[in-house]
Amino acid sequence: MKRIEANHVSAWYGGFKAVDDVTLAIEPKQVTALIGPSGCGKSTFIRTLNRMHEVIPGARIEGEVLLDGEDIYASGIDPVSVRRTIGMVFQRPNPFPTMSIRDNVSAGLRLNGMRKKAELEPVVEKALQGAGLWKEVRDRLDKPGASLSGGQQQRLCIARAIAVEPQVLLMDEPCSALDPVSTLRIEDLIAELKDMYTIVIVTHNMQQAARVSDSTAFFTLEVSGDPGRLVEVGPTSKIFTKPGDERTEAYITGRFG
Amino acid sequence: MSTRAPASTLRSGRLAARSAVAAVAAGVAVTTVAFWLTPLQGRADFLLVAYLAGTAAYLAVAARTEGRRSVVDRLFAVLMVTAVGICLLALGSVLVYTAARGVKALDWYFFTHSMNGVGPRDDAGGAYHSIIGTLEQVLLATLISVPSGLLVAIYLSEYGRGRLASLVRTVVDVMVGIPSIVAGLFIYAFWVLGLGRGFSGFAAAMALSILMLPIVVRSSEEMIKLVPASLREAAYALGIPRWRAILKVVLPTASAGITTGVMLAVARVTGETAPLLLTAFGFDSIHNDPFSGPQSSLPLFVFSQASSAFGAAVDRAWAGALTLIAVVLLLTVAARLVTRRNRLV
Ligand SMILES: Nc1ncnc2c1ncn2[C@@H]1O[C@H](COP(=O)(O)OP(=O)(O)OP(=O)(O)O)[C@@H](O)[C@H]1O
Ligand SMILES: [Mg+2]
Repeated sequence: MKRIEANHVSAWYGGFKAVDDVTLAIEPKQVTALIGPSGCGKSTFIRTLNRMHEVIPGARIEGEVLLDGEDIYASGIDPVSVRRTIGMVFQRPNPFPTMSIRDNVSAGLRLNGMRKKAELEPVVEKALQGAGLWKEVRDRLDKPGASLSGGQQQRLCIARAIAVEPQVLLMDEPCSALDPVSTLRIEDLIAELKDMYTIVIVTHNMQQAARVSDSTAFFTLEVSGDPGRLVEVGPTSKIFTKPGDERTEAYITGRFG
Repeated sequence: MSTRAPASTLRSGRLAARSAVAAVAAGVAVTTVAFWLTPLQGRADFLLVAYLAGTAAYLAVAARTEGRRSVVDRLFAVLMVTAVGICLLALGSVLVYTAARGVKALDWYFFTHSMNGVGPRDDAGGAYHSIIGTLEQVLLATLISVPSGLLVAIYLSEYGRGRLASLVRTVVDVMVGIPSIVAGLFIYAFWVLGLGRGFSGFAAAMALSILMLPIVVRSSEEMIKLVPASLREAAYALGIPRWRAILKVVLPTASAGITTGVMLAVARVTGETAPLLLTAFGFDSIHNDPFSGPQSSLPLFVFSQASSAFGAAVDRAWAGALTLIAVVLLLTVAARLVTRRNRLV
């Protein structure tokens, strides 16, 4: 169980500052939702938590991100091991097109050197069951991952992410491309996974944030072109009933954003 | 505009297939009569005038029943079909003519014998030694240029930023334009004479790989760039190191396109003759070792046989040319099959 603390995190794309001075603690065994208007830096911020931000050419960050007290940006820290500990699910499903369903799920392990089929087999089944996909695909594990429906692909990506057994799961709008039924499936899944993982989820859906999260962080930006900032963070029930900032209230009641 | 304007704005007249055929036939008939009655003559002239008259009659009839837009549509359809026809005619006639002339000397004997001791007038001899030479030289050239070309392409698309990358890119672009004889001359001066290694199939392979390299680099680079960033990010997010992500995710995704580029390069160099004259030199007998001593190849075989004035030699040249086309075709089909097996979708 890992606790994440972001201290004074700012992020840039080249000369453009996208996130300004965010300080936020993410508690273990909880779901933390990040909400806010489009372009306020939610995706940028969540990507700083597992060092995916620096993958983009010209992107850099300032500040520190502590994983159980250890700064993941300290020198000598290997970003590859950070990402192995902190998994990520993206907004759009992105299964590997050249791999079968089975190989997609086991990709993280296979490409990190675990080859034995006998060891991979149970992992694949467990991950697919964890992602609520096992019943639908157990007869066609050798079919391409891209042959699944959008919602199934997204659950395949979740299975792929949990197969490497990370400690933390970051989800950037995992349901934005999905229908209500698939969305509910994934929300149920998040509720189950929360016993084992620390989960951070970005969402544009207020009901979803209210349903799945234990605490909620509200980001905003004043004018477009300005960097995004954290307005407030607190228990979800409090943010949605008695927000401490009028901008939060305006946003969640739909008067803004 | 049409004379019988349709009542509904949604519906418009439609040219009956029968009237179209009749119009074209009328155009051709008028041309025939004109060539009969007037001093007009010549087969090519007749075809051209008949084509223009037939098209004009077709469009005129269409204009009577249809609106302006569909007539323009038909005009461009005619132009496109004509262009396709010209391309197919050019390609088809090369193939058909080569096949027709090539089958004469093409038999089992041709594939199993060399030109050792065969004079230009003799109705014997074959291209076995040249087929061996071509296969070995092209294989070696592929072995040299594909791995190095792929590495350069990976560097350019995944790592290359700044001065060095743009320098490499410029050099590769310039290499595309190197005339093949210059590549041959370079290996001749540097390897054959300079290092005193003499003529060999390997020298030919080096000259060919100079020609293949830029094609492989540029086409692979474009194909690798087409792989969506989201796939790379998916791999990184699983804690897969970058080099493994490139090797196991990016390259397999781009493999079909990369193969196409490689096959283009192979097809381009398989028919090269000029650089081989200065590197492989040519040889009449079977010589399996590509690393020392002059070697034949199919283009050299065709070249030397076609330079002869005797019928038997010219027949052999056509048979060699047909074999060359078949070799390229087989390699292309084989490469397609191999990449199709790798793809799941
Ligand atoms: N790769 C990039 N290069 C340059 N600027 C970027 C890049 N990605 C995002 N930005 C900019 O950074 C700012 C924050 O973007 P980000 O994607 O984090 O917003 P977001 O809150 O996730 O929005 P949304 O809710 O629409 O997904 C935006 O102004 C955006 O234009
Ligand atoms: Mg986003």
